[in-house]
Amino acid sequence: MLLELRDITKVYRVGVETIHALRGVSLGIDRNEFVAVMGSSGSGKSTLMNVLGCLDRPTAGEYRLTGQLVSRMGAAELARIRNEQIGFVFQSFELLPRQTALQNVELPLIYAREGIWGWRSRRRRAIEALTRVGLASRMTHRPNQLSGGQKQRVAIARAILNRPAILMADEPTGNLDSATTLDILALFRQLHAEGQTVIIVTHEDDVAAHCKRVIRLRDGQILSDLPIEKDQAGRFVDDVNERQRQRAAARQTPPARTGEAAAC
Amino acid sequence: MLNPLFYLQAIGLAIAQIWANKARSALTTLGIIVGVASVTAVIATLMGLKTKVLTEFESFGASKIFIFPNRPDNAPRNLYPWEEIRLKPHEVLAIAEGAPSVKAITPITEIGMTVESDDARLEGLSIVGIWPDWHQCERRGILFGRPFTQIDVDQARQVCVVNEAAIKELKLENDPVGEHILLGGRRFLIVGVVETIQSMMFGMSANKSEIFVPFSVAEKLQDKFFFMRCSALVKSPELSDEAKSEIRFILRRERGLGAGEPDTFAVEAIDQYISQFKALAASVTAIAGGIVGISLLVGGIGIMNIMLVSVSERTREIGLRKAVGATPAAILMQFLLEAVTLCLAGGFVGVAIGQSLAFGLTKIPNAGLEKAEVPLWAVAMSFGFCAIVGVLFGMFPAIKAARLDPIEALRHE
Ligand SMILES: Nc1ncnc2c1ncn2[C@@H]1O[C@H](COP(=O)(O)OP(=O)(O)OP(=O)(O)O)[C@@H](O)[C@H]1O
Ligand SMILES: [Mg+2]
Repeated sequence: MLLELRDITKVYRVGVETIHALRGVSLGIDRNEFVAVMGSSGSGKSTLMNVLGCLDRPTAGEYRLTGQLVSRMGAAELARIRNEQIGFVFQSFELLPRQTALQNVELPLIYAREGIWGWRSRRRRAIEALTRVGLASRMTHRPNQLSGGQKQRVAIARAILNRPAILMADEPTGNLDSATTLDILALFRQLHAEGQTVIIVTHEDDVAAHCKRVIRLRDGQILSDLPIEKDQAGRFVDDVNERQRQRAAARQTPPARTGEAAAC
Repeated sequence: MLNPLFYLQAIGLAIAQIWANKARSALTTLGIIVGVASVTAVIATLMGLKTKVLTEFESFGASKIFIFPNRPDNAPRNLYPWEEIRLKPHEVLAIAEGAPSVKAITPITEIGMTVESDDARLEGLSIVGIWPDWHQCERRGILFGRPFTQIDVDQARQVCVVNEAAIKELKLENDPVGEHILLGGRRFLIVGVVETIQSMMFGMSANKSEIFVPFSVAEKLQDKFFFMRCSALVKSPELSDEAKSEIRFILRRERGLGAGEPDTFAVEAIDQYISQFKALAASVTAIAGGIVGISLLVGGIGIMNIMLVSVSERTREIGLRKAVGATPAAILMQFLLEAVTLCLAGGFVGVAIGQSLAFGLTKIPNAGLEKAEVPLWAVAMSFGFCAIVGVLFGMFPAIKAARLDPIEALRHE
């Protein structure tokens, strides 16, 4: 197991109210899985993602990542884990506005423990990552000179720079139009094909259909955890007309999904 | 712990941040700029004065000794009555004859008198009684005419020597040698005109009238127990200490002071005045340091304020940096470096302004500050203090930034 959650709970206190965002989530994810986390708004997807990404600590429960007990670590150790093991992609990109695409991609190296690899190898690595997301020609552009899809590519390049154990994305296509969404999803699929473990949070069945496994949450608990048929996912991507037809079919056929489709 | 790349980017980022908010940064660092500029200028002024005074002392002669009466510290008045401790002419004679290291010696006494010439009348001018050796002791020669001779002194002739200011004030001719003036109603012949030296330290200046008479003449005009002091010139500067002990020995013998009794006079060489001046300059420097301390404190509060603004403006950025692996220590260090950079930039501008103020001071005529310059240690000290202010006042905002929760920071609008 690459990562293992055991009975994770997360409780928020706002004034006198207590909000149970996660109530006893247990799951395991292996290397090179491609997982979608789905659920209605407020079901605890982001909370789970933040715990998985070591951005937040669970109130109770155990979280092991590559054998390390992450749920007991302090802020500095968690920062180290985030730097070395995790690549996080946000819905709103989170690029530094005054820095070029290349400088934005280089950011995690600044906080890397193994120190300086030299200016050249650092640059080479950032350029490599940008090339992999197809932005070799936009390296010196600033975020305000890039389209939404390009910004998200820069963010993905930044996330994969340190060759993380897991690439995580919380609604990565939430701010993008449908054509750009397909581009970005194709990129995730490609990274997965190259061996990357990927976890994506999404509202949309279309997006989830690109993944291999879907975890559904409701009220902070796991509702279902099912694999997606391989050929089904393949058909979704290869042909636009087929995709649209399949989408219509998908809305009716799998009974577990109907509730969420209505919610979207 | 943090890699060198981190420091490079943190400093680059700090400079970019300051540059991006030029006006704000300039206003924020105003306190520091003013503080550093003023202290730099004060130190430059002091250094200028010091250089000037020291060179003056040196030209004046490290080989000069002053002798004057001095009641021992805390001694009761009746134990050492004035008539005993005052210098007496026979004591000066004894030194002149008995101290081999002393090259020249002169008693000096002053009397206030009315001076009249044909065209002018000056009240209460101080008339100075001297020996011929005075010219040697004070390094002031004769411009016209002649100095006093031993005969003038021995016979108590009614002759006098004047300086140029006195010539002007008494409306005498440019070369007044041979003219007569009235000192306290008595006719004195002017035999010479003495050089004027400009000295800020000893209150002699070109525009103060001076009239000198032979010491024996002054003695007759004085009260019974009049005040006199002595100037002596040592044969060479190295003999200064030796001359002092010779003089001390002679005076103690003349006064019959026993082994346990303290001196009833003082013998001081010029280097004692130099060290006194240095002590004074040091205390003025300390006061200037205190002033800069206060202005840096005020400046530091400005820095803290702007850093707090910066932290809250950049909360999302902090969240992102944490998300990609910045430890609390790295965030702390980044904001500390930014505060220090801001302070150092202010310090740099302050030193530059102080430097140009110092340069301006050297151009003021007759201010005696031609030598004013900012010493390197003052520049180093300014930067050092600025860095300390940056660390002290940047610490609170930096800790605030370091403690931010990554998720909450990223959610911040
Ligand atoms: N910082 C917080 N303080 C208090 N309550 C919170 C906090 N963050 C999340 N919650 C609550 O926890 C629950 C789960 O929130 P979460 O953001 O995980 O939902 P989500 O599934 O990501 O929803 P969405 O699809 O709208 O993004 C919600 O009820 C939310 O109100
Ligand atoms: Mg969410």
